[in-house]
Amino acid sequence: MSLLSIRNLSVSFATGRGPFRAVDRVDLDVAAGELVAIVGESGSGKSVAMLAVMGLLPWIATVTADRMMFDGRDLLSLSARERRRIIGRDLVMIFQEPMSSLNPCFTVGFQIREAMKAHLDLSRAQRQARAVELLELVGIPEPDRRLSAFPHQLSGGMSQRVMIAMALACKPKLIIADEPTTALDVTIQAQILDLLLKLQKESGVGLVLITHDMGVVAETAQRVCVHYAGQQVEMQDTRGLFRDPHHPYTAALLAALPERARGRLLPSIPGIVPGLADRPTGCLFSPRCGFATDTCRTVPPPRAGAELGLALCHTPLVAGVPQRREFAA
Amino acid sequence: MAEENAIDDPMPTAPERFVLDASGLSLGAAGVVVALTEPVGEEPSPLRAFWSAFSENRGAVLGLAVVVFIALLALFAPWVAPHSPIEQFRQSVLLPPVWAGGNWTFPFGTDAVGRDVLSRLIYGARISLGIGLSVMVVSVALGIVLGLAAAFMRGIVEVVVMRVMDMVVAIPSLVLAILIVAVLGPSLSNTIIAVTVVYLPRYVRLVRAAALAELTKEYVIAAQVAGVGRLRLMFVTVLPNCLAPLIVQAALGISDAILEAAALGFLGLGAQPPTPEWGAMLADAREFIRSAPWIVTLPGLAILVTVVAINLMGDGLRDALDPKLRRS
Amino acid sequence: MLNLILRRVALTVPTFVALMFVTFVAVRLVPGDPIEARTGERGIAPERLAQLRHELGLDQPVWRQFLDYIYGLLHGDFGVSIVTKTPVLHEFLILFPATLELAFCALVFAVVLGVPAGVLAAVKRGSVLDHSVMTVALAGYSMPIFWWGLLLIMFMSEYLGLTPVSGRMDLINYYFEPVTGFMLIDSLLSGQEGAFGAAAAHLVLPSIVLGTIPLAVIARMTRSSMLEVLGEDYVRTARAKGLSPLRVVGLHTLRNALIPVVTVVGLQTGTLLAGAVLTETIFAWPGVGKWLIESISRRDYPALQGGIMLISAIVILVNLIVDMLYVAINPRIRHG
Ligand SMILES: Nc1ncnc2c1ncn2[C@@H]1O[C@H](COP(=O)(O)OP(=O)(O)OP(=O)(O)O)[C@@H](O)[C@H]1O
Ligand SMILES: [Mg+2]
Repeated sequence: MSLLSIRNLSVSFATGRGPFRAVDRVDLDVAAGELVAIVGESGSGKSVAMLAVMGLLPWIATVTADRMMFDGRDLLSLSARERRRIIGRDLVMIFQEPMSSLNPCFTVGFQIREAMKAHLDLSRAQRQARAVELLELVGIPEPDRRLSAFPHQLSGGMSQRVMIAMALACKPKLIIADEPTTALDVTIQAQILDLLLKLQKESGVGLVLITHDMGVVAETAQRVCVHYAGQQVEMQDTRGLFRDPHHPYTAALLAALPERARGRLLPSIPGIVPGLADRPTGCLFSPRCGFATDTCRTVPPPRAGAELGLALCHTPLVAGVPQRREFAA
Repeated sequence: MAEENAIDDPMPTAPERFVLDASGLSLGAAGVVVALTEPVGEEPSPLRAFWSAFSENRGAVLGLAVVVFIALLALFAPWVAPHSPIEQFRQSVLLPPVWAGGNWTFPFGTDAVGRDVLSRLIYGARISLGIGLSVMVVSVALGIVLGLAAAFMRGIVEVVVMRVMDMVVAIPSLVLAILIVAVLGPSLSNTIIAVTVVYLPRYVRLVRAAALAELTKEYVIAAQVAGVGRLRLMFVTVLPNCLAPLIVQAALGISDAILEAAALGFLGLGAQPPTPEWGAMLADAREFIRSAPWIVTLPGLAILVTVVAINLMGDGLRDALDPKLRRS
Repeated sequence: MLNLILRRVALTVPTFVALMFVTFVAVRLVPGDPIEARTGERGIAPERLAQLRHELGLDQPVWRQFLDYIYGLLHGDFGVSIVTKTPVLHEFLILFPATLELAFCALVFAVVLGVPAGVLAAVKRGSVLDHSVMTVALAGYSMPIFWWGLLLIMFMSEYLGLTPVSGRMDLINYYFEPVTGFMLIDSLLSGQEGAFGAAAAHLVLPSIVLGTIPLAVIARMTRSSMLEVLGEDYVRTARAKGLSPLRVVGLHTLRNALIPVVTVVGLQTGTLLAGAVLTETIFAWPGVGKWLIESISRRDYPALQGGIMLISAIVILVNLIVDMLYVAINPRIRHG
């Protein structure tokens, strides 16, 4: 039984120029202790989808789903109060921007202890001891002193360590890490990621890792979801995905990896992600797809079976060759 | 010519391509062109764009309509007003308005010496709007000159100008206006002078800050390199780019000036009787609180409606012209 | 930190000098000769005139007079009222508690109503409540307060008979010596039954009138500041911890949103003192605002000059304190 199970999650924003569907029928399953990666270009709705799971979207967002179960409980039918008992304790999130994610008015210690105070039955002293322990765990030197520091006194890497400590405070079952290293210096990125992965292994917590870094995905994730323009275009276990990508977008992503590049020029996927105004009628990737047919440009693609990575494509690739499929009329 | 292009397109932004970063493994590095901006279509004319943004705000349009209505009344006062604003109808003193049992000869009633309240209000619009506009024009003009001077000359000019402005701000607005009127003597024109001095610092500070911000931008440096003269740089290159916040401030400044002038009038330090200034009309209304409430109510209502309308319009202008200033 | 304070204090020095210069010049520009103003229309012997001019230092060169003026100010000599013949500072200090009490109550009224209204409007953004708050704020912001005062007197005092029309105290029924100068405190100290209630009743309408514009400004400012902070990442972090909405809004958002609001509240001092002139005139409130207006009609220019000097000094000092406070409540600067 999986820890998190989502079916057909959609999110649309009421914008000034009409509704905008940022997430379109996304599925996700994460088992306890599993590491699932979500990859996709900027703007493909990765963050929005996970914020929807957390219930953290602004009021202009409408969230719909057939199913959104976490740890045996239906997140869709929970009251706000019941949901708040899960969020921050069993289900936590680490954000993209560590520097702005900490409240400038309160000390680091206050913000770490706050989550414990809300969810755990600990005394003041116990909370303080646990906070020290947590800072040690995430590799912050002089934890006692750091606890009384204000966020602006910390570097980006330090802030993200604090965010991780905060997330771990109540021993969660699932961590959603939304590009936890994007905003950091390249040298710090590896440290933070290693820390996160180490802690995940040690504590056996489930992890959803949103990232741009295919290299990290290859090394760490058990399964990968590929998002494109709000849609989930492919989902496979990592080995399968790297060996035989079924969606042309995934294939293009992998082909664009520098280590796979042949010749002197880096390959790239021509074109851009469609925005609000220029959505094609058929497959959203068709304008940029090398295999696109007339059908692709006019008819929205069906989802392929699990053997084809659930690819959202008229002509899923097998060993790089598009397969014509019969589809029901 | 070169610099005019620079003004049109202060900072030409090339679409940003993601280039390899050190790790060489990131998705961005795949060379995927990441650009969420929509393709640049035909730009509507600036005026059109402004109007469509402005008219979206219903309050602003309402405010504009009311302002236009009052302005028309003021402009055509001699034709619209039923009577002269200062003629005293001795046989109809303290006549109540129509709805309180008066007659249609004096729809809004008459005051203590038998003057027609409606006519006085209509002529009062002339005075209030006149004061508001004159104060605005003079202080904007002075504000531009002083503000640009402070921004461009730095040194002693800047210190003197800005310290004097600090001082003006330190004195409570009405108190300073009272001091100035006490020195110059109470009159309509001295009211305008006093209120102008009081509100000058806002414009000077705003223009200076905006100009200083613009001065660091590349198009200004480009113009400097191209050898554009200082005056031309100040007024032709930099000034147009500071205009949006200035226009907003100017609109809101009109309503503040009207309020300030009315307060002076109320204290007997502004327009002198029998001038039908709204504030002055309230000056001796206290005596009639019991007997003739319309004398107390109507002039104040006129001030309130006018000021609210101008503020609504100003808020709309701000939202439409200067998204940076928009707060919500 | 100390550096910051010193720099800020030093910045007010030129402002003060400019202020002294302007009041000095203004009084010399005022129509009418100060000696004539003192002697009235009876005329004066030339020897006596010369003597008076000497006494007043008017025979000195102008720069000398200016230095003397500054010297006097620095020693607390703000001139002598022509009408009452008492030092201006003395008169000011007697009247100032009345103004301070009024301004304080007005500010309390504005903050107590304005902050919650702004917070609610921001939290319920786009709702009927939000629109109502913003409409009321717009009206308050645009209000000619002298008229507002008259309306309230007309309705509350004359029509409903709820509140006194004018003054600080019901002097027929109660009398006690001023101790602090604050009527609310003095009435309590006097121990007379009902005195406090009477003092409070006299404060209601003036406080509302004087507090109206600050109320509107504070409500608007709180709302926009709250809206800005509600969109911050750290508010999302707080919600991601599963904290109650009350804690997210009341602690994590409000704490940050109030930083600019405190500044705005502090900067209302000028508005309050300017408004006090009108409010005190309407309600016959015996404070410095009314005194200032009366000095003009009595042509008591030394009083006017000294009064403006003192009021401006207060505004400058309060603004200074507000700046310090801003530093104190904003950890980013405090530990910068
Ligand atoms: N509050 C909002 N209102 C309107 N649109 C929004 C809002 N938040 C996000 N979006 C839109 O939703 C889309 C998906 O955004 P999202 O942040 O999920 O992308 P992402 O995949 O996380 O990208 P990145 O890699 O840059 O983090 C974007 O086009 C964005 O403009
Ligand atoms: Mg994101």
